[in-house]
Amino acid sequence: MTEQQNHIQLAEESLAKQSTTLNLGPTHPATHGVFQNIMEIDGEKVLSTVPTIGYIHRAFEKIAERRPYYQITPLTDRLNYCSAPINNMGWHMTIEKLLSIKIPKRVDYMRVIIMELARIADHLICNSVVAVDTGALTGFTYVFQWRELIYEIYEEVCGSRLTTNIGRVGGFERNFTKVAWEKIDKFMEGFPKVMREFEALLNRNRIFMERCIGAGPISAERALNYSMTGPNLRAAGVDYDVRVAQPYCSYEDFDFKIPVGTTGDVYDRYMVRNDEIWESYKIIQQALEKIAKLEQEDPAQKDIFYAPEADHFHLPAKEDVYTKMEALIYHFKMIMGEIEVLPGEVYHAVEGANGELGYYLISDGGRSPYRLHFRRPCFIYYQAYPEIVSGGLLSDAIITLSSLNVIAGELDA
Amino acid sequence: MALTNEILKEKLTEKFGEALTNWEEPFGMLAVTAPAEMNLKVMQHLYDDDSTRFRFLTDLTAVHYPERKGEELCVVYHLHSLENNVRLRMKVYVPIEKPDVFTATQLFSGANWMERETYDNFGVNFVGHPNLTRILNVDEMDYFPMRKEYRMEDPTRIDKDDEMFGRGGTVA
Amino acid sequence: MGRPVQYNTNVKLAPIPEGYSGEGFMATSFDKAIGLARKNSLWPLPFATSCCGIEFMATMGANYDLARFGSERMGFTPRQCDMLLVAGTIAKKMAPVLRQVYLQMAEPRWVIAIGACASSGGIFDSYPVLQGIDQVIPVDVYVSGCPPRPEAILDGVIKLQDLVQNESLRRRNSPVYKALMDSYAIQ
Repeated sequence: MTEQQNHIQLAEESLAKQSTTLNLGPTHPATHGVFQNIMEIDGEKVLSTVPTIGYIHRAFEKIAERRPYYQITPLTDRLNYCSAPINNMGWHMTIEKLLSIKIPKRVDYMRVIIMELARIADHLICNSVVAVDTGALTGFTYVFQWRELIYEIYEEVCGSRLTTNIGRVGGFERNFTKVAWEKIDKFMEGFPKVMREFEALLNRNRIFMERCIGAGPISAERALNYSMTGPNLRAAGVDYDVRVAQPYCSYEDFDFKIPVGTTGDVYDRYMVRNDEIWESYKIIQQALEKIAKLEQEDPAQKDIFYAPEADHFHLPAKEDVYTKMEALIYHFKMIMGEIEVLPGEVYHAVEGANGELGYYLISDGGRSPYRLHFRRPCFIYYQAYPEIVSGGLLSDAIITLSSLNVIAGELDA
Repeated sequence: MALTNEILKEKLTEKFGEALTNWEEPFGMLAVTAPAEMNLKVMQHLYDDDSTRFRFLTDLTAVHYPERKGEELCVVYHLHSLENNVRLRMKVYVPIEKPDVFTATQLFSGANWMERETYDNFGVNFVGHPNLTRILNVDEMDYFPMRKEYRMEDPTRIDKDDEMFGRGGTVA
Repeated sequence: MGRPVQYNTNVKLAPIPEGYSGEGFMATSFDKAIGLARKNSLWPLPFATSCCGIEFMATMGANYDLARFGSERMGFTPRQCDMLLVAGTIAKKMAPVLRQVYLQMAEPRWVIAIGACASSGGIFDSYPVLQGIDQVIPVDVYVSGCPPRPEAILDGVIKLQDLVQNESLRRRNSPVYKALMDSYAIQ
């Protein structure tokens, strides 16, 4: 009898409560990644939400304290895995900053090409996924075909498609092959047409616009207070881009604009990312021209793909490793981490696809860092999600979530 | 006048004097150590002062130095002044028996989760935080894993053969 | 009566199982027919957590089409799907969720562990990572790689198709299967 009374009491309590608790659980087709939101909704209106993360916490920072410097590069891949080369190169640039290694211009331009390709890849995923969440599936399938081309470029340069482990401290492991240059040219030729078709589908599409304008806005002051960076902050109106504020990797030589929105809603974020894809395309074009110019002036430049000062970080050529004993020993020692790294403390930030990706490295002279901390943009701006969606509709909350481009690997690390 | 590292250092020493110690400038970024009780005062001053305008908290994390007795945990703040394009690193040392640091959440809403992550990994107690609970690890975890005394691998794992990995047999 | 196939005549048809056929009928055994039907219409439940999830999205895309193996419909609900594709690292916080999703699936159900992290913990030998999903659910096919190429994922699905075709209809009630489920404390 008491059991039944308890049930009745609970039912009355939950009926008396005006709002429903909805668990937008860790496995959900609309949350692209594993994070949970426990929402209180009243009909369609979201009253409040409590995010829970940590479902893919892999303890990167603890692992980094045990791994030698080169073995941390594959770890950094898996932070924002949609644009892995940016993470790799940011890490290598951090070590180069610690050791004050100067990088030749050609290597910088090659790095810029790869990083901007990664930025295009990430923004393509984010924009097509926003479209998928509003119901337009075609853009996604079409755009993924062109991501395959970017994957082929990565494969030609470093061997792997997604988690690239690209580059070495001081440059690249091998020069770009002829096939790689051809693939880059093929991508550059065909991409504008594809992008224009994707834009024609969505940018001025009345249904898409009415769906997205006004959904999930955030003001510039609140965005700055939440330490947001990247396209989300730029959509709110603040033109902070690490490539312009603290240029690294010769970005000061390039001429590009920073697209900025006004209200910070889903449509602004979509348009900011769209324009950033075009800006990245222009940067790659300029980089190709600059490399051609360097090679014209000095034909010996064609063979430069790493910094000569970083010789002790540069793995010997594979043919030597397989045939000569010293090269094999040298290769083994480098991978196993018998590299001299000076003690010091450095913070280096790069403009990742989601914002300012920072590496705070404290080295004590040993083979692995004493402390490595990743300043992950997704983790920091996802805190603002409850404030952005409270008071809005549930469907707007869903597209806000996908337009914020929260990558689970970067969220939890 | 553009804010440079020297001008910033002068402004801070004129306001806080001897309390700020250990001025360093590794790789172009000014770094300073402040006493634990003063962390909010320094950040508030830098936030309000019109000539410095440090209104962006880039990063908040901690480092564990087991050899520094009495000051084992170091909470590191990276502040950024967007208008002046200047960064500052502020360190605050606390002992491991009583790791209390005032929370920065009233000043920067972004510090909320950053402090929770620091608590989760190191055990730094942020006084005044609205919801200081574990964020990344499982809620039932009872130790602070990033501290140096704990291993990277799961301590309860029984199926890993340490001898094959060159770690010497019977290490638990 | 439909019109004959006009354009895409290069379609590979599944072979007819062996049996006795006569005028207007064909007799074969149940498990062959059901095996054929099941293997060519496996509906996947993508449980994509991290990087392998993006490679899985590429597998679903037009270049390495998964739909031609019958997996056209990605049902995101466990109740309607046959195979659970676990792609990505499973942390200890996520393990109960994974187990719950597996328990919600209806028999017959299969599990493919895509990637090194799902098979064995991968490169993350640390305290919050589950060292392989076979600690919590029984797995049928392991696809290794970090992340595995889409061709490798397709190879895993094809191996699963072989398993599905040759599976006996009484397998789910057999004592061996019951012992397997008991070892995972699944009723």
